[in-house]
Amino acid sequence: MFGSDDLYQEIIMDHNRSPRNYGSIDDPTVAIEGFNPLCGDQIKVYVLLNDDKIIDIAFDGIGCAISKSSASIMTVELKGKRVSDAQSIFDAFREMITGKDLNEDQLDALGDSEVLGGVSKYPARIKCASLAWHTVNSALSGDSNVVTTE
Amino acid sequence: MLNVENIREDFPILTREVHGKPLVYLDNAATTQKPIQVIDSLVEYYKNYNSNVHRGVHLLSVEATDQFELAREKIASFINAKNSELIIWTRNASESLNLVAYMWGRKNIHDGDEILVTALEHHSNLIPWQELAKEKGASLKIIPIDGDGSLDLEAYKEMLTPKTKLVSMIHVSNAIGTINPVENMIKMAHDVGAKFLLDGAQSVPHMPIDVQDLNCDFLVFSGHKMMGPTGIGVLYAKKDLLDDMDPLYTGGEMVLEVTYENATWAPLPMKFEAGTPNIADAIALGVAVDYLTKIGMDSIHDYEKSITEYALKKFPVLEEKGVVLFGPKDPNLRGAIFSFHTPSIHPHDLGTIMDYMGIALRTGHHCAMPLVKSLGVPATARASLYAYNTYQEVDILIDGLVEAIEYFENGS
Repeated sequence: MFGSDDLYQEIIMDHNRSPRNYGSIDDPTVAIEGFNPLCGDQIKVYVLLNDDKIIDIAFDGIGCAISKSSASIMTVELKGKRVSDAQSIFDAFREMITGKDLNEDQLDALGDSEVLGGVSKYPARIKCASLAWHTVNSALSGDSNVVTTE
Repeated sequence: MLNVENIREDFPILTREVHGKPLVYLDNAATTQKPIQVIDSLVEYYKNYNSNVHRGVHLLSVEATDQFELAREKIASFINAKNSELIIWTRNASESLNLVAYMWGRKNIHDGDEILVTALEHHSNLIPWQELAKEKGASLKIIPIDGDGSLDLEAYKEMLTPKTKLVSMIHVSNAIGTINPVENMIKMAHDVGAKFLLDGAQSVPHMPIDVQDLNCDFLVFSGHKMMGPTGIGVLYAKKDLLDDMDPLYTGGEMVLEVTYENATWAPLPMKFEAGTPNIADAIALGVAVDYLTKIGMDSIHDYEKSITEYALKKFPVLEEKGVVLFGPKDPNLRGAIFSFHTPSIHPHDLGTIMDYMGIALRTGHHCAMPLVKSLGVPATARASLYAYNTYQEVDILIDGLVEAIEYFENGS
């Protein structure tokens, strides 16, 4: 549980204690809320785009350590990427989190988000880990205003 | 005093491991484990005398009917109902509550009437009344709690008016453990001419209940919370109320005479039991009642009170770490249900970490969203005990919590 391969390993705890890109963006291109009604996790993601490049991304809200650290890790991975690249990262993340094996390219794309792979062994927490990712995915595809995990 | 080690031997599931650790099952408010006697009775039924009840003349049907009706009598004795015809089988307490709202509520609640429930209610004893009140133009009033999680009895007194038609109340809060002083509250409701429904889901399994003594008009409870199987529950009501209620479920078994135009209803209790009932599970619940009666509800109650006292005495160790325990701190005013908040760990994370240590807790709002919200937290972690939990398991919980908090605050 507290070991290096497990769900609450140090890197996840670090992102939970000091979440990166935590806060809001003035005048974002998109801002969208995500909500997990089962446990009360609530997140708001702000994205600033220039053409198809994510030049800034931030999040705030309340949630468990898994949702917060996942959101933090995600913002670090996505900042500076093109929207089209972000899509491949989402897809790779979804595969990883549901326990599928990944190929080299997918592992590359994921970068540090790979640490969240352990969540696949805890099905009850998949929604926590995915909340921020679903939310940003919706934001970038121009979907509706509030995303829920239901 | 009950012998917890002897009891544990009857529960095969308590020997299992989770994540390589012994199971410490502390989620009894959600559902309880079953003794082998209950499990065996289900198998025995299907193996040896499975048959549809009431209508058959062959031996299997007679055997099944006898056991099924015997189970009903056991329940009646268990709660000291005047007669077993006042015991209606349902799926669970939620269904029993909805049936009262539909069968009694829609006929007897009118525009301008008042219904009282408490701030502690489980959604199943809140939402049906919200819906009924909206439909009928009645008003639903919420008896408040104080900072301790106990009911404000002064407020209750003020809220009872000649317009009050029903007080529907949880006996023991599944969320924070408060035991409501219902004996007197029932009298007060009757004094203004209101009926009183007691939600016994978390009390019937844990203490002796006597419906004649309490004089409640309705009582509901679930089999799976009292060592019985899922899918079986009870609705008890006084005879005049049941006689006045029209059945919601109609069809087979609940009729006397049927033409193509009309039907007349069977007498109690059949009037409210359309279709093939949950025969095996009713019989198994009867076996659970036998098991509980053998231990003695007084013994169970005493044991739980003493383990609650033990847990409360240990609580300062957690308080030092910033943990907040909700509900009354007096062991006489609360059941063995402990909801708490750890400021440095989100309940969801706490539940997962506890699980990894073999400890089964529940996290969330426990089907009491308005209550948990009013406590000022997004969710709580809840440990709930039963007659087979040990003092040692309380120690394991507390040590586990301390370890988790230290890890989250300081790292490994």
